[in-house]
Amino acid sequence: MGDLTFKGGVHPYEGKELSMDKPIKEYRPKGELVYPLSQHIGAPAKPVVTIGEHVKIGQLIAAADGFMSAPIYASVSGTVKAFDKRMNAMSNYVDSIVIENDNNYESVEFSEVEDVTKLTREEIMERITKSGIVGMGGAGFPQHVKLSPKEPEKIEYIIADCAECEPYLTSDYRLMMEEPESLVEGMKILVSLFDNARGYIAIENNKPDCIEKVKALVKDNDKIEVKVLETKYPQGGERQIIFATTGRKLNSSKLPSDLGCIVLNNSSIMNMYKAVKFGRPLTHRIVTITGEAIKDPRNFDVPLGTNFMELVEEAGGFVDTPAKIICGGPMMGFAVSNMDIPIVKTSGAMLCFLKDQVAMYESTHCINCGKCVEVCPQRLVPSRLAKLMEHNDIEGFEKMNGQECMECGSCNYICPAKKHLTQMIRTGRQTVLANRRKKK
Amino acid sequence: MGDLLNVSSSPHVRCKLTTQRIMLMVIISLLPATIFGVINFYAVSGLNSLLLILVTIATCVLTEYVFNLVLKRKQTINDLSAVVTGLLLALNFPSTLPWYLAIIGGFFAIFFVKMVFGGLGQNFMNPALAARCFMVISFAGYMTNFPLDAMGRATPLTLLKAGESVDVFKMFFGNISGTIGETSVIAILIGAIILLAFGIIDITIPGMYILTFSVFILLFGKHGFDMHFLTAHLCGGGLMFGAFFMATDYVTSPITTKGRIIYGAILGILTGLFRIYGASAEGVSFAIIFSNLLVPLIDKISMPLPFGFEKTGGKKNE
Repeated sequence: MGDLTFKGGVHPYEGKELSMDKPIKEYRPKGELVYPLSQHIGAPAKPVVTIGEHVKIGQLIAAADGFMSAPIYASVSGTVKAFDKRMNAMSNYVDSIVIENDNNYESVEFSEVEDVTKLTREEIMERITKSGIVGMGGAGFPQHVKLSPKEPEKIEYIIADCAECEPYLTSDYRLMMEEPESLVEGMKILVSLFDNARGYIAIENNKPDCIEKVKALVKDNDKIEVKVLETKYPQGGERQIIFATTGRKLNSSKLPSDLGCIVLNNSSIMNMYKAVKFGRPLTHRIVTITGEAIKDPRNFDVPLGTNFMELVEEAGGFVDTPAKIICGGPMMGFAVSNMDIPIVKTSGAMLCFLKDQVAMYESTHCINCGKCVEVCPQRLVPSRLAKLMEHNDIEGFEKMNGQECMECGSCNYICPAKKHLTQMIRTGRQTVLANRRKKK
Repeated sequence: MGDLLNVSSSPHVRCKLTTQRIMLMVIISLLPATIFGVINFYAVSGLNSLLLILVTIATCVLTEYVFNLVLKRKQTINDLSAVVTGLLLALNFPSTLPWYLAIIGGFFAIFFVKMVFGGLGQNFMNPALAARCFMVISFAGYMTNFPLDAMGRATPLTLLKAGESVDVFKMFFGNISGTIGETSVIAILIGAIILLAFGIIDITIPGMYILTFSVFILLFGKHGFDMHFLTAHLCGGGLMFGAFFMATDYVTSPITTKGRIIYGAILGILTGLFRIYGASAEGVSFAIIFSNLLVPLIDKISMPLPFGFEKTGGKKNE
């Protein structure tokens, strides 16, 4: 009905009703906090504190290592306890800083500015770079890098990705409902950074209350408008949202900025506003704890580094023994082997299922039904790519443009033969990348 | 929590549609035509058509079961695809066929066309249709022994070929002679609507098939723009049955929409050619199995261009 969209995609059970009406609740962690040094794409941050040192909220604990990196700040006050290897959501043990919370919540002084419009572009960019904000939708791309395209005058669209197309997740929705002003103010700052840019706030049509609120806030602004998207997965994918809002088509060999677009997740934008206006670095994020296995699904405002287990307890614990726990959304999140992992800049949710839908079904032969082709937003032929991988034909895989896959999981979701298409294609892509690296 | 949780690669949710459920839907959508066939031919051949249906299905399932058992493969009869093959094949038999020939047909379909190529998903021809064609060639007398209708006449297409007039209205409802499942257009369409409504098949192949065939008949049918002749051809023989239930077989049809358009068009032209210029009145079965053989080629030329690629050259260097 005129709402913007792309071709392909799926409609999995949304599950958002579990937590969408639960206001964001502030949570104060109890035990130690763990800060992995790599919470973003690029070089891991370098620790600048020593063991035994006392830190306050907002104090730099690890500095960016070069341009393609992001700094990390303490989210509680306390003592640096250790530098240790701790498990992250991908089940890897990674270098982390461990801080013992002293429960005093002392904070450093932040440098608030009266009027953000008086800041120069350089000052704004400096405040953003220092804030440590990364793509909080899950990718973790440092925000200041995104905002430094080669040809800034060619940027025509700043797209706020407020689709939240992953089922079950409600953290972005709650944030928009509770402080839509920060989103709009943030967009104003972003648009002011580029001479020729317009701002699009793209929201899926399953959040009508949200659309209304934001529309009311931008109605007098001629540079920012709300774009209503059809509710479909993966509407919030970078390539899909660019196409839906601007009609431009991005492939894997180009960057969004090559098409004059910059796409940012809404919670990244809102945190960026806080960084520019109040001088607050990224220390907290909104996390949804949800799923059928959780007694009281909720949205929390959590200091980074908090242990997921604590949050699950805060959400009433489990109804029954969960079969599967996912860090992130059900389509692209990571299944974790245990819950003793910290919340990082990119963790939007923890999803607890009583049943493991993947283990429930057995994989059978492909019947060539073509449903994977119908739903693939990249217009690939997933079943053929997977078949090539079964035969270990990496060359054929590359020839059939397997690298264009964005691993959204739509083909895997729809497959009636219950084949693990995404997994096979992912293996193919990683093999291709590894081979390319070897050649270099 | 000491126990480790299940881990797997994303995505972690799956839709409820399974191969088994698809096959079940096909069986359900074939029921109107099946029931109509059994009733329609009760007057001329008693319950023989019901016997044929049961025998063929049983043979198909048993063949697959024994094949898997002997080769120590994982049992696959639960996917119900053998039931579908058996039912489709039986609906393509004349109601007078002796039951022991149905066993030969069912065995041929499952053993030679499906299982030796690797089972479901690997066969290059529609098993039911390939078996039907095999039967038509091997037991021509039995396979074309259509019982005469109440007025003592042959199948409408044979009459049409001979230049006689036919009652299109009767053909639509199915009170005519033919194979068990093909006579009633309305029963077939009810099944087709079920398949379309549940998204089991899409309209591309049958749509293109019927469209191309109609154009072909109007152009080369030697009857000019004769709607009566066209309708008789559309309702006659196995066209509707073939278009909705045989040509849409996933395994032996192209995987992309573009490929399906080409495939449907080829089907329409071939059926027209066989019917108008061929020696026999019917042409749907041979048109479909012949087009089945073209599917790998069609797939090759109809692979989609990935999102964001330009038609010329396409991929740029990284």
